[in-house]
Amino acid sequence: MSPLISWLHSSIIYGTVIMLGALGEILTEKSGHLNLGVPGLMYLGGFAGFASAFVYERSTEDPNVVLLILIPLLASFAAAMLGGLLYSFMTVTLRANQNVTGLALTSLGVGIGTFGSARLLSVTGSTSYSVASATSAVYTANVNASLDLGAFGQIFLSYGFLTYAAILLAILAELFLMRTRRGLNLRAVGEDPAAADAAGINVTLYKYVATAIGGGICGIGGFYYIIEYSNGKWSSQNGLEAIGWLAVALVIFSTWKPKNTPAASYLFALLFWMATNLPTLTGIRIATSVTELLKMTPYVVTILVLIIASTRKKKENQGPASLGKTYFREER
Amino acid sequence: MKDEIAVQLTGITKRFGPVTANSAVTMDVRRGEVLALLGENGSGKTTLMNMLSGIYFPDEGTIEINGTPASIRSPKDAFDLGIGMIHQHFKLVDVFTAAENIILGLPGKSRLNMRAVKEKIRGICEKYGFEVDPDRKVYNMSVSEKQTLEIVKVLYRGADILILDEPTAVLTPQETERLFGVIRNMRADGKSVIIITHKLHEVMEISDRVAILRRGKYITTLETKDADERSLAEAMVGEKLALNIDRSEPKNTTLRLEVKHLSCYNAEGIPTLSGVSFDAYGGEILGIAGISGCGQKELLESIAGLQQTRPGSSVLYYPDGGEAEELIGKSPREIRGLGVALSFVPEDRLGMGLVGSMGMTDNMMLKSYDMGAPVFLHKKDPSALAGAVRDDLGVVTPSLSTPVRRLSGGNVQKVLVGREISEAPTVLLTAYAVRGLDINTSYSIYRLLNEQKEKGVAVIYVGEDIDVLLELCDRILILCGGVVSGIVDAKSTSKEEIGLYMTKVGGPSDTDKSAGDYTDGNEENDGNKGKEDGR
Repeated sequence: MSPLISWLHSSIIYGTVIMLGALGEILTEKSGHLNLGVPGLMYLGGFAGFASAFVYERSTEDPNVVLLILIPLLASFAAAMLGGLLYSFMTVTLRANQNVTGLALTSLGVGIGTFGSARLLSVTGSTSYSVASATSAVYTANVNASLDLGAFGQIFLSYGFLTYAAILLAILAELFLMRTRRGLNLRAVGEDPAAADAAGINVTLYKYVATAIGGGICGIGGFYYIIEYSNGKWSSQNGLEAIGWLAVALVIFSTWKPKNTPAASYLFALLFWMATNLPTLTGIRIATSVTELLKMTPYVVTILVLIIASTRKKKENQGPASLGKTYFREER
Repeated sequence: MKDEIAVQLTGITKRFGPVTANSAVTMDVRRGEVLALLGENGSGKTTLMNMLSGIYFPDEGTIEINGTPASIRSPKDAFDLGIGMIHQHFKLVDVFTAAENIILGLPGKSRLNMRAVKEKIRGICEKYGFEVDPDRKVYNMSVSEKQTLEIVKVLYRGADILILDEPTAVLTPQETERLFGVIRNMRADGKSVIIITHKLHEVMEISDRVAILRRGKYITTLETKDADERSLAEAMVGEKLALNIDRSEPKNTTLRLEVKHLSCYNAEGIPTLSGVSFDAYGGEILGIAGISGCGQKELLESIAGLQQTRPGSSVLYYPDGGEAEELIGKSPREIRGLGVALSFVPEDRLGMGLVGSMGMTDNMMLKSYDMGAPVFLHKKDPSALAGAVRDDLGVVTPSLSTPVRRLSGGNVQKVLVGREISEAPTVLLTAYAVRGLDINTSYSIYRLLNEQKEKGVAVIYVGEDIDVLLELCDRILILCGGVVSGIVDAKSTSKEEIGLYMTKVGGPSDTDKSAGDYTDGNEENDGNKGKEDGR
């Protein structure tokens, strides 16, 4: 691959991870709950997906392709969904502070992942990482690998099916929110739960379901990171947590609209890989210190986006009006 | 058709903790009538209707809709029974269009067909004479448009019983006329309309019958055609209760505050106070009466420097033997330094004035934190003060460091009033000082205020209970919609007269009473001038 194509390639994979996290968080935030547990949920999902694949691969000589796909996918979704349910139990039912609960969930998820990885390492006997190679092979299988289609294939067709599924998910989420009755109800819950309640919407149910499914999607993002980006290797220091925070920032960058997430996350990832790829691409040798400065770009852009987003006046581009607020019907 | 019972309430009781909001209310609403639900603040009108619309569930009693017993546990249950309530605070989603708000929460095909929805909305609008643009976003709407949208929303859901909570509070007279036209159309269509209100002339204009609540209890239902404003006001405020609060004659009254042309706007640019003028004297208690939200809070906050006032407003303060000082434009701290103390009891008692999670000593320090040595807190004096307040006022607390939110309401109130009094103010402003307190505690607060009065402090007492205002205060200023409706002498006025002033600017329409009836001497004439300015 040429340096430019390789930059685009890695950005699309990396961007997909952020996109999945952001889509899950958009769904959650549309119900009025700011879940800062995204890094933890991605960790949970990544670990559960990987661990289930790892265990399945070791349990059988001849793994079934369908099971190789289904087991880790469901495991990662379910594990992160449980995390989301825990979060909604704390914040919806017990009305705990959303920020504190979210941060605690991040610590919990990262902790469980790290703890579990130590167990996995002790099984394999390796000191640095464990690997689920068969699963990774299934998930990264792509058209370009079998038919060499040149640059076009390398840029557009060289990814596993989850990469495309993520774009489809963004479109479906957009259609759900904007074109369906349930989507309208969910948006109403996030904007003004009292109004939604008075309109006969089951606010608690909507909050629970949105947070749980949103959490599950974040979890698949974590699993995708392990299986496609890291080629099926799980190590305890794997950078998932940082991506989780980027996903939270990306929600704002996409102005809470799923249709904006693919472009926004790819752009984010391009900036992220700029430091590594720009010097190779342009042939300009730059000092290590400057490389470190370049690595800052996505975060600086995040700050800029936050500034722009908060000065923007249009109400439709703002987050849900009741985001972060706890709703209690009988409050007088 | 006309006499069929649409809603029958029997023995409805609702309590919030120790407070009984409704007690054994039994009343009915007929099909095809406009029923006005009349009562003072806190008489339980909205709570009662919230039980019909599913916001609250009654503790006791039964509800029958069209003759069948109903259990209304959520707003959805209410819709299913054909009950729709238009709340005082609109329940609309700002970023949605009118049409989106209308179909919110309705069952139906998962995919939205907005075209069909808009068709149906236009049909309803034509039938009853509404003007609603289905594509207009709520945040672009005026208050009146939002209200119309709420009514259309309820009708779209097929409601037969509509409850309007103080619908005209936010409307201009023209908009009110239009609303009444629509209500008449709905009545002609056989729908039952319940209007919660305390405006007597509107009751007379629109309703067929009037149901009256007082202190959570159902009093009576009158045919509107047999009633007049005076009899309604009487039924609303009830007989005067003898409270036997000791009231000494004001002596050595000296002018302390001279409020002139005080006007305020709220955040939406709607006037909350317009041209309020009055004087307050040391050595007397000036009561402020009015339906809640008529500018009482804004009035006190303006004097204390917490409220932005309109140009032309003036609050002159006369210190002992000094020059008059203009309080408008001064910071709250400067005003406090002059001896104006504000003891404000908001609805959530601990919201303003005290910090709930801090003890008595720390709360005393809120006003003296900058005294003593720099850097380190100087706790000795506040601690002594807290002890003194506890002993003098009989505050029941395990220790001075127990968080005040763990104290009972009366004790919290004593801490707050005690601290304000300890500053030896020359003007003491109190709002809702006895809200939620039991009789004995209330009396100790009255005693404290009377002591201050005897010391020559100008006390301004914003109250809800007319009986208390009549017995505690020397003069009573009545606010109505941000305007001074009247200033009366508490000793010679009647409860019913105050009730009329509260509901109508200028009070009793029969002007046979001369101003002299409830004024004696110079100061009251000033007061009446205030009334003129107010209008």
